[in-house]
Amino acid sequence: MSKLRVSELTKVFGSRPKRALELMEQGRSRSEILEATGQLLAVAEVDLKIEEGELFVVMGLSGSGKSTVIRMLNRLIEPTAGTVEIDGERIDQLDPSALRSVRQSKLSMVFQHFALFPHRTVGENAAYGLKVQGVNEDERRTRATEALETVGLGDRVDAYPNELSGGMQQRVGLARGLATKADILLMDEPFSALDPLIRRDMQDLLATLQSELNRTIVFITHDLNEAMRLGDRICVLKDGRVVQVGTGPEIIDNPADDYVADFVSDVDRSRVLTAEQTMRPVRRTFSPDDKPRTVLDWLDEQEFSGAYVVDRDKRILGVARDDRLANGVRSGATSIADLLTQDYATARYDTPLSDLAGMAANSTVPIAVTDDTGQLFGVVPRARLLAALSSQEVEVDA
Amino acid sequence: MRETTLAQSLPELPIGDGAEAFIEWLTSSFGWFFVGVRDGVGGIVDATEWLLTTPSPYVMIAVFTLLAFAATRSWGLPLFTVLTFLLLESMGRFPEAMQTLALVLVATVLAVLIGIPLGIWAARNEKVSVAIKPVLDFMQTMPSFVYLLLAVVFFRIGRVPGVMSALIFAMPPAVRLTELGIRQVDKEVVEAANAFGARPREVLTGVQLPLARASIMAGVNQVIMLSLSMVVIAGLGGAPGLGATVVRAVTGMNIGMGIEGGIGVVILAIYLDRVTAAFGREGRGRRRSASKASTDEASLSQNDDTDDAEGSDQATSDDRDRSIST
Repeated sequence: MSKLRVSELTKVFGSRPKRALELMEQGRSRSEILEATGQLLAVAEVDLKIEEGELFVVMGLSGSGKSTVIRMLNRLIEPTAGTVEIDGERIDQLDPSALRSVRQSKLSMVFQHFALFPHRTVGENAAYGLKVQGVNEDERRTRATEALETVGLGDRVDAYPNELSGGMQQRVGLARGLATKADILLMDEPFSALDPLIRRDMQDLLATLQSELNRTIVFITHDLNEAMRLGDRICVLKDGRVVQVGTGPEIIDNPADDYVADFVSDVDRSRVLTAEQTMRPVRRTFSPDDKPRTVLDWLDEQEFSGAYVVDRDKRILGVARDDRLANGVRSGATSIADLLTQDYATARYDTPLSDLAGMAANSTVPIAVTDDTGQLFGVVPRARLLAALSSQEVEVDA
Repeated sequence: MRETTLAQSLPELPIGDGAEAFIEWLTSSFGWFFVGVRDGVGGIVDATEWLLTTPSPYVMIAVFTLLAFAATRSWGLPLFTVLTFLLLESMGRFPEAMQTLALVLVATVLAVLIGIPLGIWAARNEKVSVAIKPVLDFMQTMPSFVYLLLAVVFFRIGRVPGVMSALIFAMPPAVRLTELGIRQVDKEVVEAANAFGARPREVLTGVQLPLARASIMAGVNQVIMLSLSMVVIAGLGGAPGLGATVVRAVTGMNIGMGIEGGIGVVILAIYLDRVTAAFGREGRGRRRSASKASTDEASLSQNDDTDDAEGSDQATSDDRDRSIST
């Protein structure tokens, strides 16, 4: 069961949503509906399934309906139609008091402009969710201080928000969201009001926290690089509709339409794409018992200069290079075991291309891609690497 | 020719006669109500006046001076208070000033007790807000003499019509500035309270009212100034105090007495304005607006790609230059 499930979620802003809904069902676009009815179709038939522990990014430009989507999850904005389920419970049907208790126990939120209470101290801000829950003051202070420590502000408990910089204020916002131990954290463009360096710090902080806390996070952004950096999966919204849902590399590699393609065209591909998307299977590996002649013939045929030699568990033993093989043939070696060099580079599945580029420069054979146990899984030849880094779709057969 | 036909075809609506009949009906059918209000409000005013006039004037001057110091935490206003109130006493106008102050205090407390809840209601309910607006306009623009006339009809002459007409004339700013203050609270901050599951009452008392405080206090300040001006006019309706002094001076062409009464009103006005304005900026509110400038600068340099127009408007009502409106 998904942690958070949204189906057919729709929001019409205006006094007479019925007619707009009819037109929406006929598949009319937002601008057509606005012209015909004067009603703004902010979000149309959004379906999402968000799994426990996932950092799910909703991305879109301004006006794409992303802020409306996140606010319908905790009903700061009432959905016009559709359902929202948390742990299988229908949120959209709760009465106000049941809704408040869900908001207290399961959902917390971080806002774009921090939305701290200026008349309360940092500690009181971080403790706000607990106060609303009716937690007593001592425990509130302890837990708020704990939460502030996790974001690196343990020493500013008694300061007021206006005494802190923007980045620190948002850390308080984050601490306020973490203090209640709610399973789901809604983050509405939390870093977009920060300057780029601070933003990067905050992204790192969130990534670190998430690896420890494993909350379910719905993260809104208009910044594709941010989405790619943080998101386990990304949902691209356009005019209130979902255009594509997938992992970052999936979206870059295979954009659903021209809109997404255009969007991803200026993303820093080298940081998003990893060895996994770029590698190809190994054509052929050799065992140490193979004869030098066999390997050399194969290399000659393929016009390669080296091949990987692996043991029975597919762990790399070394590289058989053509020049040394030729020497071996001349000196009458019976196996290639003594001819191997360690002149190669390895990368893991999730190594970004930006790191591969450096390795590729120094090795004669394709970069080896291994899994956690060190098994050779594939290789990234230089030509494939270069093709992947350019945004053009190039079919490479290297 | 045409004008006469037009005039003839227009029915003559007897608004004045109707209103007169209506008020006569009100006084005869709800006499008990007006008597009740007269006795209740009259009692409160008498008690307040007793409190202000029983101690020696020098004791009262000391109290006012301390209050001024507590409000401003500086020496300017207390010094002003000592000098001007001693001047009042030396002119022999101190008792009248206290009678006027008693009327102002009672009218203000009543206006605030009614006006702030109304303002809160209007801020939370669009329909109430729309309905209340023309009523407030009516209350503020109707010439104050007319209120006095009505109040005298309902409550006879004396202190009570003074308080009641001041109450009606002075209440609108309390309603308006409370509503405005609550509406100006950063929408995201209110959303944050809601997102964490706060009850509506907690959102109001824990977030909206504290953040609207500066605006509400500006409203209270306005209420005081308006009721002071009305209470002086109420001298015409038999209310005692500086108003009565001025009225007597005007009817008797007594220039000296007129100027003394007038100076008394000005002294009270300046004192009340400065003290309430200082209380409005007091405490955290003041600290917030002082350090607000530095954070605004900081966030400005950070937000190169997002607009942060909201959020910075909270300080404006704080820093607004206050002027006396009498």
